[in-house]
Amino acid sequence: MGRYVVRRLLQMIPVFIGSTLLIFLMVNVMGDPIAGLCGDKQCDAATSAQLKKEFGLDKPVWQQYLTYMGHVFTGDFGTAFNGQKVTELMATAFPVTIRLTIVAILIEIVVGITLGVITGLKRGRPVDTSVLLLSLVVISVPTFVTGLLLQLLLGVEWGWIKPSVSTDAGFGELIVPGLVLASVSLAYVTRLTRTSIAENRRSDYVRTAVAKGLPRQRVIVRHLLRNSLIPVVTFIGTDIGALMGGAIVTERIFNIHGVGYQLYQGILRQNTQTVVGFVTVLVLVFLVANLLVDLLYAVLDPRIRYA
Amino acid sequence: MRGATHARWAACAAAVALAATACGGGDSGSDSGGSGDGGAVLSSSWGDPQNPLEPANTNEVQGGKVLDMIFRSLKKYNPETGKAEDMLAEKIDTSDSQNFTVTVKDGWTFSNGEKVTAQSFVDAWNYGASLKNNQKNAYFFGYIDGYDKTHPDDGSKQTADTLSGLKVTGPRTFTVKLNQKFSTFPDTLGYPAYAPLPQAFFKDHSGWLKKPVGNGPYTIESYTKGSQMALKKWDGYNGPDKAQNGGVTLKVYTDNNTAYTDLMAGNLDLVDDVPAAQLKNVKNDLGGRYINSPAGIIQTLAFPFYDKNWNKAGAEKVRTGLSRAIDRDQITETIFQKTRTPATDWTSPVLGKEGGFQDGLCGDACDYDPAAAKKLIKEGGGLPGGQIKITYNADTGSHKQWIDAVCNSINNALDNDKACVGNPVGTFADFRSQITAKKMSGPFRAGWQMDYPLIQNFLQPLYYTNASSNDGKWSNKDFDKLVNEANAETDTTKAIEKFQAAEKVVRDNMAAIPLWYQNGSAGYSERLSNVKLNPFSVPVYNEIKVG
Amino acid sequence: MPESQEPEGAIAGTGAGGAMDLAVSEATTLEKGPDGTGPQDRPRSLWSDAWRDLRRNPVFIISALVIVFLVVISLWPSLIASQNPLKCDLSKAQEGSQPGHPFGFDGQGCDVYTRTVYGARTSVTVGVCATLGVAILGSVLGGLAGFFGGFSDSILSRTTDIFFAIPVVLGGLVLLSVVTSSTVWPVIGFMVLLGWPQISRIARGSVITAKQNDYVQAARALGASNSRLLLRHIAPNAVAPVIVVATIALGTYISLEATLSYLGVGLKPPTVSWGIDISAASAYIRNAPHMLLWPAGALAVTVLAFIMLGDAVRDALDPKLR
Repeated sequence: MGRYVVRRLLQMIPVFIGSTLLIFLMVNVMGDPIAGLCGDKQCDAATSAQLKKEFGLDKPVWQQYLTYMGHVFTGDFGTAFNGQKVTELMATAFPVTIRLTIVAILIEIVVGITLGVITGLKRGRPVDTSVLLLSLVVISVPTFVTGLLLQLLLGVEWGWIKPSVSTDAGFGELIVPGLVLASVSLAYVTRLTRTSIAENRRSDYVRTAVAKGLPRQRVIVRHLLRNSLIPVVTFIGTDIGALMGGAIVTERIFNIHGVGYQLYQGILRQNTQTVVGFVTVLVLVFLVANLLVDLLYAVLDPRIRYA
Repeated sequence: MRGATHARWAACAAAVALAATACGGGDSGSDSGGSGDGGAVLSSSWGDPQNPLEPANTNEVQGGKVLDMIFRSLKKYNPETGKAEDMLAEKIDTSDSQNFTVTVKDGWTFSNGEKVTAQSFVDAWNYGASLKNNQKNAYFFGYIDGYDKTHPDDGSKQTADTLSGLKVTGPRTFTVKLNQKFSTFPDTLGYPAYAPLPQAFFKDHSGWLKKPVGNGPYTIESYTKGSQMALKKWDGYNGPDKAQNGGVTLKVYTDNNTAYTDLMAGNLDLVDDVPAAQLKNVKNDLGGRYINSPAGIIQTLAFPFYDKNWNKAGAEKVRTGLSRAIDRDQITETIFQKTRTPATDWTSPVLGKEGGFQDGLCGDACDYDPAAAKKLIKEGGGLPGGQIKITYNADTGSHKQWIDAVCNSINNALDNDKACVGNPVGTFADFRSQITAKKMSGPFRAGWQMDYPLIQNFLQPLYYTNASSNDGKWSNKDFDKLVNEANAETDTTKAIEKFQAAEKVVRDNMAAIPLWYQNGSAGYSERLSNVKLNPFSVPVYNEIKVG
Repeated sequence: MPESQEPEGAIAGTGAGGAMDLAVSEATTLEKGPDGTGPQDRPRSLWSDAWRDLRRNPVFIISALVIVFLVVISLWPSLIASQNPLKCDLSKAQEGSQPGHPFGFDGQGCDVYTRTVYGARTSVTVGVCATLGVAILGSVLGGLAGFFGGFSDSILSRTTDIFFAIPVVLGGLVLLSVVTSSTVWPVIGFMVLLGWPQISRIARGSVITAKQNDYVQAARALGASNSRLLLRHIAPNAVAPVIVVATIALGTYISLEATLSYLGVGLKPPTVSWGIDISAASAYIRNAPHMLLWPAGALAVTVLAFIMLGDAVRDALDPKLR
């Protein structure tokens, strides 16, 4: 397994180069970022030429990319248009977003899997139907609306929470935003678990375990759940990156200055340095998350081995 | 927070029953920053400034807000009338509208103790005008002699670091030589780009940027980029407009709707940009704690005059016809809940009558009349290609809503479902670069927020041949001539008459369709009083009273 | 990449013991027919069994009827809506239900009922086509990666990693802003391009588990070809998670279309779609919730129909439920 992990880590290098290059090109294709810097006015030609020079935008793309990568390896992720170092932006944005993601993932795991097990065991019963209807609401009503309504109800009407998250963004403050962020994924996790459980419930090893007289709890957790988790774990693994980089709506509603927001701003302002920097880190997160998922496969199903 | 408020009211009710003293004053303590005698601190919504906070580099409202609190220039625009009034200027003399002598008042200092002298202004202006400093407002210094050397626009190398038109003649006096006659030049000097700068700005630039130092009624106590800035009342401030509160905490909100919700929940004192969708609820949510006052902003639809279809004979009839197909009253009422006023000229009501605003100058051409619209468009040869696409950027503001409404109005007037459709562009930068590259094929959104309250600022930058914001590349000899004459005119009243004559040329050609004047809107908490917005739609922070 | 250990591992698993008789029965079926013959030749193949089950399943019938109804109004919306969805009267904006306008008016004063009916075409097309594209591309690539493992798995998995890295907003702004076509196809293409990695990983995970099963090992030992193993033994047992994710994703694609339109790179105006109306209505949730209710309700019914359909299909494919 050690060799397997090393090989996977080595594979990260080409992925890293490929994705940074891809993102770099994409931001470049978007056009001239300087045009948006002067408000509704047109930047005068001299100033925009000067700005381009300063941000290195006057050089050919491949040269920009090489310079950029050279800097990245020395830990310099460049400067955003407002004069702030991208590393500074990351240092403020990532901790908040990581906390938010942890909250969301925990909610997905605890609530999603619990609901999935219950509905999987009680297929067709009222509890199953209610959960299905709830999932439908979550899928068809935009997060924006659910977030806003929760914010109004809990924040303004009942006064349980503050409507916006403070700069420190502690775990306590992030529970409601985390729930909103996790809501759509919750529907996925619940239904994936439900289906797996329903499928495996009739399998012979469960029947055997029940026949052996094992306590119900133990059968469900050790035998049934464990064998049903692979699709769920895969989904959550793919979801981590989406939650981190795609929390734009949630971060906006609750005024969280996290990765989603910075990335969105960077994209709209076509700030190559910010976008590539943030995406680079996200790619690393993806790679690690997917590696962990693949390692978990073997834990959940010992028949799966790694060379 | 809301819970806490309830609890306090309950306590008050109990206290009243026990014949104790009034509870009204208790409110001021609810914000963490309350500081005894100087008055309490208020919190206000803010947006992350797009550029570093240098005076000559800040061209949007959010950065402007801060500069307005920490800087005072030669002139200041009266928050109510918009008139330019002397602030640091003792006098600005001229005999020919081209050479000005400025005398700076005595006794002003920066908050770090340094004296504000004539040199502070000249250094600041030279910095702003010098190409190598990348200042985006450099063009403001374009009227000053020598600008072509410090900021050559043709791409050649900069040959001077300082403007030859600026000369310090004494500790408190300097002269300004312009490269053309410009009678209202002194009135432009209230713009933040003309602020004086302390030596610290030049000596320790990065240190200054982390915590800017100015000469205004507030000083910056702490600044966390991207999240908040705490400003404190500067006790040493000697100007006439001292802060009436202990300070202002600006909190960055990424969505004005969140700020509004925070205001409702009692976590925020002032929101200076009420989201359009909430305007209907404002009365309910805030009672009377809402202001809606005119600002120097006008929204128009510009046309690509580089496109033959829009520049041929008769095209002005099509443009006028389109203008008459837009039901401005209905749109401003329904979409904007009357926070916009239908436009009847190309300037803004904040200029006032004497400033050149002329209600109804547009005349019939801005009146909704479907029959006339149809007729005019037919006479003008119909819509180019049978359909117009109104281009706008989708990333900021709620442009989609009003563009859709404008298109529906045009479609209804012309009895054609597909006469007009919106054409969104993903990012503002892309929108701007398409405009710069002359890629527009039909009308596009154009908004103009004045830099200074002068009729000149509403006309020259937008419609003068090759002017900086003449996005449609409209060009008209009569208009240019009238503007030149107006600028050379030493008598203000006559100058304004000339500008209005020029504005009529804009009207007769329908160079751009005026849509509506934008108001500033703000909501505030029960703790605040005397809240006002200036003509730039920025709250007049120093006059706000807390508690 | 995960590589299975050969048969001895098959005995070790938690669930290995009991699956034996199933594997045996599969193996006996295998012996009857020679390789290469299509499933339709068999008296009772898994797929035909499934079809027989489905036809008798009321859940399947109801959901199929709903879907047929959606398809019909997508093709001929004027059957049940006589007005013009683009005819809007601003003076009626946000007004509630009134005679002739059962669902009220939206923020622009357009008739919500008419727009909901006319929106079906775009939204159903986007949802169904994007889901099909994602599900097919994702499960084929993911299935192959999971089945073969090794080098091809490495290449494919790392490619998905790169695709995961592209933020939707950036991808949309870059790839869709160059498109001038006003049809739904570029949007669908974009969703498939960014959506397949997720299904691919899920399918890969399922296939990796399914191929450990004893009946697969048994079939392999009996000399079944790879395609036969994949189609007859692994696919039916690995397809459930793909169906679950795909049916939910159908709803999210319909919403994603709105996000793209909101960003200015989705469907070009004056297209009518549920997504566009839902996102427009979101801003007015406090004043005019009816604007949101109807298009969101239509979306919910559509998603429900497909979830039920997916469930029914999955049940039909599961021999243990028989």
